[in-house]
Amino acid sequence: MNKTKITLAATGLNNTDNPGPGIPVIRAIRESKEFDVRVIGLAYETLEPGIYMRDLVDKVYMVPYPSEGSGALIERIAYINSIENIDVLIPNFDAELYTFMKSASTLKKMGIHTFLPTIEQFEERHKSNLPEFGKKYNLKVPKSISLLKHSEIGEIRKEFEYPVMVKGKFYDAYVAYNEEQVRMHFNKISAKWGLPVIIQEFVKGTEVNVVALGDGKGNTTGAVPMRKQYITDKGKAWGGVTLDAPDMLKLTHHIIKSTLWRGGMELELIRTNNNDLYLIEINPRIPAWVYLAVGAGQNLPEALLKLALGQEVKPFEKFDIGKIFIRYSYDMIINWNDFEKISTQGEI
Amino acid sequence: MKIKKNIAVSESGFVFDPSTGESFSLNQIGLELVELLKQGQGFDAIKKEILEIYDVDEISFEKYYYDFISSLNQNQLLED
Repeated sequence: MNKTKITLAATGLNNTDNPGPGIPVIRAIRESKEFDVRVIGLAYETLEPGIYMRDLVDKVYMVPYPSEGSGALIERIAYINSIENIDVLIPNFDAELYTFMKSASTLKKMGIHTFLPTIEQFEERHKSNLPEFGKKYNLKVPKSISLLKHSEIGEIRKEFEYPVMVKGKFYDAYVAYNEEQVRMHFNKISAKWGLPVIIQEFVKGTEVNVVALGDGKGNTTGAVPMRKQYITDKGKAWGGVTLDAPDMLKLTHHIIKSTLWRGGMELELIRTNNNDLYLIEINPRIPAWVYLAVGAGQNLPEALLKLALGQEVKPFEKFDIGKIFIRYSYDMIINWNDFEKISTQGEI
Repeated sequence: MKIKKNIAVSESGFVFDPSTGESFSLNQIGLELVELLKQGQGFDAIKKEILEIYDVDEISFEKYYYDFISSLNQNQLLED
């Protein structure tokens, strides 16, 4: 079968102990039997390991952080596109999604396809909006409030019992057992991710996750539930196993159907001792552990690529239960001039 | 009381519960008990079989059997 040649641009090359999803997404698409892919990596930092993984990434360009203004980022993408003719762009960071969603039509005019949630979908599932989201879609969610000021920390004890979860709007989550710990985490999180800082009821149970893909019409193109088996001190999965969990899949189908979710997503759930599933977070993108889904029989990144290209994708109907992923660290040796090139010229 | 239908038990006594992702190791007697439970055997039938094979008195068997069942229950390997 002749493979279709396409050029894919992807961010999230930070394959560190707190990995972005870029490298697993690229790895999955490289395994496609239908596409012959040229991969353009988009990096924010010169030491993102994916920059130097030359068997996965053909060319890498540095791009400015979205915090420098969406204009600068899109201008840089336009420049890169003028050289590379990008067919599909898959952004892999929460913090950059808003810029890419807002600029989707500009990108389309450049010939760059994306398959992202709508701004409404992105906004309504924010951690700070979770109580309303739960009410609207009839989901069990933990009680939560958003803190905009340090002085509001004292209010927590009126509404919650300790411990509570303290979360950043994009990333980071810590358990706090008293007000002092909340203050410490508030300062740390607000300095890194800005405000609000979210205080969430601590739901006791086992954390389980689902990676899923919605086609934007209410259909679930694919979904794989997983339980983390080994968690790093940053709370990231270093190992996980696919589950036989029909209730998790039912919940995923319900969320995708009622929100008409478009694009990749990760559901973070807590299963209580009573077997209730609490939705604690929806990440609006493919998670870094997506390669487990590929290994279990659902190449969700490839399906997302097809959806971005406007192709019909038949929903996956099954996956292998009991498949395990285990991450590992590996030292790459790179030449000084490669580092020099990406640092000074912004491309390699 | 029944053991969950979907749990996988290997010949070496390794148990995987696909609904929780948990795994456990059984010793030989644990493996035999789980296999008998999986076949749907009740307490009396299991007792008869074990007492025939092993040198154990009824009272000790009963004590260890219910300890084991409680351990299975605690690890969510049983269903109603």
